[in-house]
Formats: sequence, structure tokens, C-alpha cells
Amino acid sequence: MSTILPDLDRAGEVDVTARPISRRSTGADAVFAHGARAVGASVLVITGGVGLFLGLQAVPTFQRYGLAFLTEQQWSPDTDVIGIAAVLVGTLQVAFVAMVIAFPLALATALFISEYAPARIRATLVSLVDLMAAVPSVIYGLFVALLLMPYAADLSIWFDRTVGWIPLFAVPGGNADAPLPALSQYGFSSFVAGIAVSMMVMPMACAVMRQVFSQTPPGEKEAALALGASTWGMIRTVVLPFGRGGIIGGTMLALGRALGETIAVALILSPAFEIKWSVTEKGGNTISSLIANRFGEASDSQLSALLAAGFVLFLITLLINTLAAIVVNRSRSGAETD
Amino acid sequence: MTIDFSQAPDTQVAAASGRTFLPSYDDDAPPIAPRSSLGRMTPDELFVRAGSWLAALGLAWITTQRLLPLPGVPWFLIAFFVFGILATAVTTAATGTWIDVKDRVAGAVITGLALVVGIALVAVVTYVAVKGFRPLLNLNFFLDDMSGVGPKDPFDEGGIRHAILGSLIEIGIAVAITLPLGVGTAVFMTEVGGRFARIVRTIVEAMTALPSIVAGLFIYTVWILALGNDRSGFAASLALSVMMLPIIARASDVVLRVVPGGLREASLALGASRWRTVWHVVLPTARPGLATALILGIARGVGETSPVLLTSGAAEFTKANPFEGAMNSLPLFIFGGVRSGNDVAIQRAYGAALVLLILVLVLFVIARLLARPRRTTTRPSRKARS
Repeated sequence: MSTILPDLDRAGEVDVTARPISRRSTGADAVFAHGARAVGASVLVITGGVGLFLGLQAVPTFQRYGLAFLTEQQWSPDTDVIGIAAVLVGTLQVAFVAMVIAFPLALATALFISEYAPARIRATLVSLVDLMAAVPSVIYGLFVALLLMPYAADLSIWFDRTVGWIPLFAVPGGNADAPLPALSQYGFSSFVAGIAVSMMVMPMACAVMRQVFSQTPPGEKEAALALGASTWGMIRTVVLPFGRGGIIGGTMLALGRALGETIAVALILSPAFEIKWSVTEKGGNTISSLIANRFGEASDSQLSALLAAGFVLFLITLLINTLAAIVVNRSRSGAETD
Repeated sequence: MTIDFSQAPDTQVAAASGRTFLPSYDDDAPPIAPRSSLGRMTPDELFVRAGSWLAALGLAWITTQRLLPLPGVPWFLIAFFVFGILATAVTTAATGTWIDVKDRVAGAVITGLALVVGIALVAVVTYVAVKGFRPLLNLNFFLDDMSGVGPKDPFDEGGIRHAILGSLIEIGIAVAITLPLGVGTAVFMTEVGGRFARIVRTIVEAMTALPSIVAGLFIYTVWILALGNDRSGFAASLALSVMMLPIIARASDVVLRVVPGGLREASLALGASRWRTVWHVVLPTARPGLATALILGIARGVGETSPVLLTSGAAEFTKANPFEGAMNSLPLFIFGGVRSGNDVAIQRAYGAALVLLILVLVLFVIARLLARPRRTTTRPSRKARS
């Protein structure tokens, strides 16, 4: 047998040239790439513009008041004394209380869902936590302000009575030993506001933690169990070390959200402009509730001061979110999280 | 031991081989020891656990109601939890080791705290439902607005039609702005890429940190004060857009990044151009995820009060035109009602809160249904990922 070559007509050869290969997109692709780039650029301009605008607006305030803007407690535009020391401390207090409450709850819930709950109801529990994150904050504010406040005040009174020597729990104006302690002295405090904020941010921290825990390599978990570890031993030696990045990152994301929460705080906290070391004492303020309360009657210069306060809040949140992102990305467990 | 390598391996094996004795099994004989059931609690264990908590119930009652002056349900529950854990520790220590005690106590604490969270969620929903169902019984609550209705008028007058409509219009405009921009940016960041895309991603991620009230203050300063526009529903939509845009862009980015690269390469290898690949392969693959990102963004935006508070103003009457004049919305209506301190207005606010909660619930269920992996009949369905 022989191979028969096709009889190619060499004479009337069509001029075949290699298709030019280039990375440069042509035609519709060029339109697509440029269009997408334009959308990206416009979003960059919008979002970056907000940050830039806030920064620029804050400049006159910082020039006018200098560093005193950060150290002054009073906010009285009529006497030209404006400072955010008190609201800044108040913001940190509310966020601190919120995180003290939310962190153990979020960690325990995440561990329960990923390690203890029966596999059948796991998906339902995950949806429930996500649902909790979607409940509007004004509803948490209502719930805490009108239902939980008396109980929280009771707890504050008990704190004052038993551990009142700690400045955090002392209430200077209140008399805890009175037969009927005045609830008005113990309610409306950073502590109560912190409870509402903790209900808001807990599901967020929990979602991040759970996601990281669920990515623990099953082989390592099974290895720990096969070596005779109890469930808790397995969690302590495998799940928690693996999920450390997610725990820290989720907590910091929640902290960032807690710092910016407005409405739940504005509903509960009665405004006061002084640094209070006690979280259970009535009154306090946060940057966001300051803005919500004062934007209406603000003059131009005062508005600039409010924007400067907002800018400081934004910088703090940005710092915390960036740290959270770095922690989550650096850790071994963070490879798959967003 | 030294091994003599001079010998051939076969002879070594032959020297070592002997006879193999198979043990004889009697299949009908009972096992020597009862097999411990894995995963299920033994009666002993069950008794220890349930008994500890029963004991804690009694102890808590005696301590809080009889011995110590700590009346009230909250103290009882706290005492119950503490005593339950103590009793669990003690009963476990009676039979087990220190490791068992730690395991039981950790399990009890984690389950208990998770239960607290569950109770909190149920309590919030129940509380709002119980407090807010009264106004909802009158149909005019949905069909009427508050124009000409005093805050103390009974529930068969007035309603929240203006707030519901306002919320829907505002969130609708916000979605119309953020959806194309957000998904477009995500497409740019994942599909086009380059150094510029990295800058955009950094800025967008940074802006997710923007507190919502600051977004509202930005629109208030620029749109209302500097440009001289009235407070309007459109201004509120702009504020919501500034807040939602980074959230949606980032969520879509995450969704698009997990589209398998093999699908893209297959499409490109078949000769499709890049935009066809994006339009016909990447976006349809990511559609459930994109829908979830969008709806979660909406659920977040529709309940957000602070940007709306600064920008929209609260009207008492129904308005369909978002471009002029004040416009109410559900969160703002709730906030105003609670702030007014009037009992009837607070009840109306609860009614509005219930409506808002139901709205968010419905959106949420839709998101869950969309996010479910689609079942195909031609392929055996894989087990759904949790």
C-alpha cells in the first residue's frame, strides 16, 4: 500500500498569510475593554471623590481648631468651641461594649454551627444568622430601647453595687443602694446602646468565622479525633488555630461596622458632651449620632466640622477594615474568604 | 541487624515464609464486649446531661427566688445557665477525667451561647410582631397615608402607603444606579484587569468602610447645600447609592472571581471574543451569586435609616415623584414615630417595623432561592454545598 498524496494545485495557490497574533483587542472587544474601563474609572471617581471631598472639607476645620479639635470635649458652635474628644471616646466605648458582648456570642455560634449542630439543620442555621444580619438596625434599636432597657438598667445597678469600685461600672450620680434606684440614672447609657449594636454586628462576625471554620481541612480534624481527642480538644487544637485569621478578621470587620452605627445609638443614648469613664452611666455620644442630631441646624462652618468628624470616623473604620483584610489574607485560613 | 545483600531477595522471602493460620470466626457468637455506638449518646451520658440541667433548674429557683434577693426572670435565667454548667462539670468529674470535664463544659457553654443568639433573633421577630400587628389589622394601614391624620388618631385612619411607596421608589432608583455600575466595575476588575483595576479594587474596598451616615452627610452637603436642590427622594436614592455601590461592587467581584477559569478558557478557545465570553459564559455562570449580592445589598439599603434621615425629609402624604419635595420611607417613619414619644405613633411605628421586617424577609427568601444551585435533569445532581 502506498500513501496517496492529494494533488494540490500548486500553481493557483491562494495567498495564505499567518493571522497576526497580538494582545491588542480589536473591534467589539476593544469597545468592551474600554467600556469596562470607563465604568471602573467612573466608580473610582465617585467613591474616591467621596473620600477626597470629605478630606478636603475637613481641612478648614483642622486649620481653624488645630489639634484642639481632637482634644476638646465640648461641642458648642455658639461659643466657637468645637471638639470631638468626648464623642470619639463615646464611639469607642459603645463599640467596645458591643464587641465584648458580640465576640463570645459570635465565636460560640460559629463553632456550634460548624462543629456541634447536626448536619441536617446546618444550612437552616446559616440562613438564620444571615437573616439576623439583614434585620434593619432601627428594629434592633426599638427592641433594645423599649424592651431590654429596664433589664439592662437592673444589670447596671447590680454592677454599680458589686463592682462599683471599677470606674467602668461606677455611676457617680446614681444611688444603687436606694430601695428603688432611679432607672433614669442607669438607662440610656453606652452600655445599653452597646447591647443594640452588638445584636447588629454579631451576625456579621459570626458569618466570617463560620466560613473560615467550615474550611478547616477535614483530614486534620479526623486525625485529631482518631488520636483520641475529644470534640473540644479537636476544636482547640485544630479548628481554632486554623481559623485564627478568620476570628480576628471577622471581629475587626464587626468592629468597623459597630463604630459607624447611627440609628440604634441615636434612639437609645441621651446626648452628652463629656468624657465618661463609666459605660453604665446615663448619657454619651458617638460621632454618627452627633451628625444625625446636629446636621439640621448646622451653619456652614459647623457643617464642615461635622464633616471633619465624619472624616475621622471614616479614617478609623478604614484603618480597622484594612487591618482586618491584612489579617484574614495573611493567615492560612483566609485563602478562600472574601 | 545487618542485611546480607549478597543473597538474592527471593531466597530471603522463601526463608521467612511459613504457614499462615487463619483465625476462625464464629459469625453467630455474641461480641465479646458491647459495641460502643459512635455518635449517639449512651443512656448514662444522656442521664448525666439532662440530669445536670434539671438540677440546675431547681438550684436556680431556690437561689434566686428564695435565698438571694434577685427576683425576676433575667436573674433566674443567668443562674440557671451558671448552675447548669457547674452541675455538668461536677457530674462529669464523678465518672470521667479532666479532659471529659473540659469537653462537656465547652460543649455546654457553646451550645448555650448559640441558644442565646437564637432566642435573641426569635425574640426580636416576635416582639415586633406582637407590638406591631394591631395597626396591620386595618386595611387602610396599607392603602392610606398620614395626610390630615393626627398622630393620636385611631388606627382606622391613616396608614403608611406613602412610606412603603417612598421606600420602594428610593431603593428602586438606587438599584438602577448601583447595579450597572457595581457589576460593571466587578467585570472590569476581574475580566479586564491590569494595574488600573488594582487601584480601583483598592479604592472600592476602602470605601466599604464608609459609615452610612457619612454617605448621607456627603449627599446632604454636595447635592442639597452646594448645588441648591431640595431635599427629595432622589437625594435619598443618591445617598443610598453611595453607600451601596462599594458593597455591591465588592460582593460581585467576589462572585465573579470564583467562576472557574476553565469555562473562560473553553469559551475563548472556541473562538469567542472576550465580551462574548463575559456576556454568555461568565455572567450567566455567576448569575445566582450576583442576584444574592444584589438582594443582600437591597436588604441592607432598604433598612438603612441614617442616609435617608439626612437627605429625604419626611412627608406626610403620598408622593410618586422622587425629584421634588420631601418623601417618606419606612425606616424614617419608624424613627419619627418612636422619637415622637406618642403611644399611638409608637404603635404605628411598630406596625411599619413589622412591614419592613416582612419586606426584608421576603427579599431574603428570594435571595436564598436564587442562590440555590440549579438542578439539571440531564446530570445527576451533586450534593448541594452548604
